[in-house]
Amino acid sequence: MTMTRRNVMVMGAGAFVALGLPMQASAAAEDAISEFTGGADVASEGVTLTAPEIAENGNTVPIEIDAPGAEAVLILAMGNPTPGVAQFNFGPLAASQSASTRIRLAGTQDVVAVARMKDGSFAQASSNIKVTIGGCGG
Amino acid sequence: MAENVRPRVKAPRQASAGETVTIKTLISHPMESGQRKDSDGNTIPRSIIHRFTCEFNGEMVVDVTMEPAISTNPYFEFEAVVPEAGDFKFTWYDDDGDVYEDTQSVAMA
Repeated sequence: MTMTRRNVMVMGAGAFVALGLPMQASAAAEDAISEFTGGADVASEGVTLTAPEIAENGNTVPIEIDAPGAEAVLILAMGNPTPGVAQFNFGPLAASQSASTRIRLAGTQDVVAVARMKDGSFAQASSNIKVTIGGCGG
Repeated sequence: MAENVRPRVKAPRQASAGETVTIKTLISHPMESGQRKDSDGNTIPRSIIHRFTCEFNGEMVVDVTMEPAISTNPYFEFEAVVPEAGDFKFTWYDDDGDVYEDTQSVAMA
């Protein structure tokens, strides 16, 4: 195939659409992370997010976070209509910086936990959860 | 006003000083996300509990900010240190301004 100007234009537009859509979907989640971290570097070690690999019912997906030394943990569902899930702030009487709860997921997606440590550093963990039936009604 | 909201808390009644205890809380609440539509296609307005706190003798254990992605009947499990005899105080804040409270006393073993 010869690369005519028209071909290049069509391919470029296709690539833009293919790349652009998923980026837009998670833009709100990225904003939420940068708002929480203030743009600081985020380490990949230091926080554990335990979640099932496959969740049959997106209405109640059990998750567990464990972030030793954290003062706050933000949980985001990257593929939900609104990415925010919860923020845990641990007080002086918290025995461990861990907690578990149940969340709603609209579909198969990544769930991200970002922890703010007492020394001001940040750590992040993510887990991909496959959802059979989405949990956002409709 | 959400109906039939009933908090349930599972915490030990006795502990030794400095002991770590596991606390489980559940509150019955529909947690309407604001994403769903009724049969006429109208959006059902959001109505959730947006904050949960647990304190022991006035000192914070955990303070959770909740979004609509928390499931119906919000459940939390976490660990707390019990430095002395006293009361755990659990508070849930509803979108409609209601505040649900529960307390649980812990005695020294």
